[in-house]
Amino acid sequence: MVPTNHYLVLAAVLFCMGMFGVLVRRNALVVFMCIELMLNAANLTFLAFAREQQNMVGHASAFFVIVVAAAEAAIGLAILIAVFRSRGTLNIGEIRTMKH
Amino acid sequence: MTVEAVLFWAFGACVVIGAAAVIASRNAVNSAMALVATFFFLAGIYLLLWAPTLAVLQVLVYAGAIMVLFLFVIMLLSLAESEVQGGRMTLSRVLGGVAAAALLWALETTLLRLAPVARAMATAPARQFGTLKSLGALLYSQYVLPFEVVSLLLLVAIVGAVVVAKSRI
Repeated sequence: MVPTNHYLVLAAVLFCMGMFGVLVRRNALVVFMCIELMLNAANLTFLAFAREQQNMVGHASAFFVIVVAAAEAAIGLAILIAVFRSRGTLNIGEIRTMKH
Repeated sequence: MTVEAVLFWAFGACVVIGAAAVIASRNAVNSAMALVATFFFLAGIYLLLWAPTLAVLQVLVYAGAIMVLFLFVIMLLSLAESEVQGGRMTLSRVLGGVAAAALLWALETTLLRLAPVARAMATAPARQFGTLKSLGALLYSQYVLPFEVVSLLLLVAIVGAVVVAKSRI
């Protein structure tokens, strides 16, 4: 049987890859996709511990994470559309109004 | 190696390759397709963790609904070639790589130091574990308030998305 550790390490790798993408990519859409990767890493951790503890609460938590991710994707993509309409770009290096 | 181990390493490798493709590909459409593949393989991992309901939800909600939304937005904004950025080693890339590698190192040393907990794995789970029936029973009894709150959140998200994205209401 695969120990829980291995699932947790896979989740950690996935989370760090998502974080790397969020830090280095300039396209806001790809940044959103990387955030989804990080949320999935969290889900994987929940499910790994749920199996280890034989406890369904982890499944309920993962369910809520999926729902929140769906809401986040809807709102985030709507914001991206609004930004693209007013700025004509999704490069996060060029969207810097709130810096001033 | 057991069947579970073989499947775990196969799915895990595919998940990591897919995530790398999401980050590395220049084209946003390619990133989205790689993300869909990643979600499918993650659903396989969820099945290995005896979570069939969550695996189905992963495919339906993530690979289905959310990624279709992403692809629609990519199509709407015609961003296919927006990111022209060579493979240069910019300062932000180096710093991002260092930060991600440091976090990964910290997490892995901690996780691998945990005793390999195989206690519950050795025994098969209860027949009800991870089924839609038991998850539904949990959501409608112990977690009924968060369940309702989350449905309100989805309603707010729908209304908010329409308000934000529409140019003129």
